[in-house]
Amino acid sequence: MSRMFSIDLQRYYIARRWLFQGFIFLLLASVSTFVLLPLLWMLVMSLHVPNYSFVLPPQWFRGGIRWENYSDVFRDVPFALYMLNSFKVTCIIIVGQVFTSSLAAYAFARLHFRGKHILFLLLLSAMMLPLFVTIIPTFLLIRMLQLTDTHASLIVPAMVTPFGVFLLRQFFLTIPRELEDAAKIDGATPWQIFWIVIVPLGKPGVLVLTALNFNAHWNEFFRPLIFLNSWEQFTLPLGIVTLRGFMDTGSISIVLAGISLAILPVVMVFILAQRHLFESLVVTGVKG
Amino acid sequence: MSLRSLFQTYRSCQQLVQVTNLSGMRRREALSAYLFIAPTFLVFLVFLMGPMVFSLGLSFFSWDIITPARFVGFHNYIAILEDPRFLQSLGNTCVFVSIVVVCNLLVALGLAAVLQCFVPPSLQRWYCSTYMLPVIIPISSIAIVFGFLLHNDLGVVNYYLNMLSLPKIPWLTSSNWALVSIALVTVWKSFGFDLILFVAAIQRLPRQLYDAAAIDGASKWQQFAWITLPLLSPTIFFAVVVGLIMNFQIFDQPYVMTRGGPGDSTRTLVMLVYEDAFGAMRMGYGSTMALLLFSILLVLTIIQLRFVQRWVHYG
Repeated sequence: MSRMFSIDLQRYYIARRWLFQGFIFLLLASVSTFVLLPLLWMLVMSLHVPNYSFVLPPQWFRGGIRWENYSDVFRDVPFALYMLNSFKVTCIIIVGQVFTSSLAAYAFARLHFRGKHILFLLLLSAMMLPLFVTIIPTFLLIRMLQLTDTHASLIVPAMVTPFGVFLLRQFFLTIPRELEDAAKIDGATPWQIFWIVIVPLGKPGVLVLTALNFNAHWNEFFRPLIFLNSWEQFTLPLGIVTLRGFMDTGSISIVLAGISLAILPVVMVFILAQRHLFESLVVTGVKG
Repeated sequence: MSLRSLFQTYRSCQQLVQVTNLSGMRRREALSAYLFIAPTFLVFLVFLMGPMVFSLGLSFFSWDIITPARFVGFHNYIAILEDPRFLQSLGNTCVFVSIVVVCNLLVALGLAAVLQCFVPPSLQRWYCSTYMLPVIIPISSIAIVFGFLLHNDLGVVNYYLNMLSLPKIPWLTSSNWALVSIALVTVWKSFGFDLILFVAAIQRLPRQLYDAAAIDGASKWQQFAWITLPLLSPTIFFAVVVGLIMNFQIFDQPYVMTRGGPGDSTRTLVMLVYEDAFGAMRMGYGSTMALLLFSILLVLTIIQLRFVQRWVHYG
């Protein structure tokens, strides 16, 4: 009798566990759906025939899939130019930032010099400095240098990133000191050590910084909005917002196709760098 | 001992002296260090520090770029504190920030708890990547997509609400709803970042504590409440401070979705700075407003830092 009972109880517990697991899975899946649905809607709508893209009730795929929306983006608006501009600005900024901040990060991680701690603190406090505080004087400075409406106005002020210095310093601190000492005994100068030891071993850090920067500057909206005036200079986010202006009365499919195309590089970089990004959170040990 | 070997000994001694010439080495090292940080600090001075000081000076002037600047003393500060638009957008920004920070924290903590307790680590990362997707996508594009989705008459969201026989919600067209809608869109976009911070931090926590608690018969939820949560407090604190600072600077979403309307209901502080400085060309007034906003952020951070010493656990 008691044996029967215990088997029943066991079954009950197993069933309850399965139910609970199922519930957890459903919960997480519904959050995922909630997160993905707007993006999915965007992709689906970008393939609709323009006449049926923004009507109620929704006409799912009436008139078939229309891939031409994606080529229409390039035909109707200078989308290729926007993309080229974004690539140019983003790439130059990344190269510049990686160069300046890896040099500085090495100095702060390993070299001894007077005023090191104060200078580092100064740099860290600038990490807190929001963009909007410096945007007016920077705009005036750019105007004085006659750089308004050029890509240089976006590139030059972004050549330095306090955050990047901080991030790379954390990475460089994890490189074993013995390697450097060995190089030093062989008579290597700091410059040589930087290129032979630090840069190859600090590669994960550089990759993380590159991925984060690509994301930040590819998506940048505020500064281009202020510094750029003519459409020949527009970067993607700015171009897309004006694209919506053109299309307000017509089809939204083409706008959504443009947005999907603009998002694509960012998502690709994220997928490639994902593992490193997650580990960087562990390495830098984000704490207040 | 030959002359030759004596000479060799002399040479090696000489080299040793050269190598151990410590003060010379130190000096050379410091020199190269200064050269290494020079590019960073050059740009830092010209484009961060300089503008910061300059905008402090600018706040005492009235200047429209075309006519010469006029010194006005503290007039800008007084005018701003009496400006109803400033108070309105300050209120808007505060409401927005509170909604976003609180919702982000609750959603991310809840999901982190569920992930930690019931999902194996290999699957955790998969879920996290899904939730990270909106974080990496440009907010200006997201704003456009949600502008279509939440459209009052033609948006799908209202259509399906209607089908479920729920009332239509004027997401972006009512002054009561617009700010909330923008905040919710922002939560959708950004909670994944908090979540990934928490999940990464949880994976760093020492396993022994959980084993000990499990032996003592603590359930998974109890383990989360009494071990994870206290040990996670520095990360939670970090997420809240970063969330506050980031969201106080909100500009893109209201600029793209509502342009500050209806009325002034979604005009935020940075939008006001933008409109005054680059729309109305009031450089001094704009700078003063930016500085006031910055000082709010500074005070917030200091309060948080004070507060944190009392309840945050640093392992």
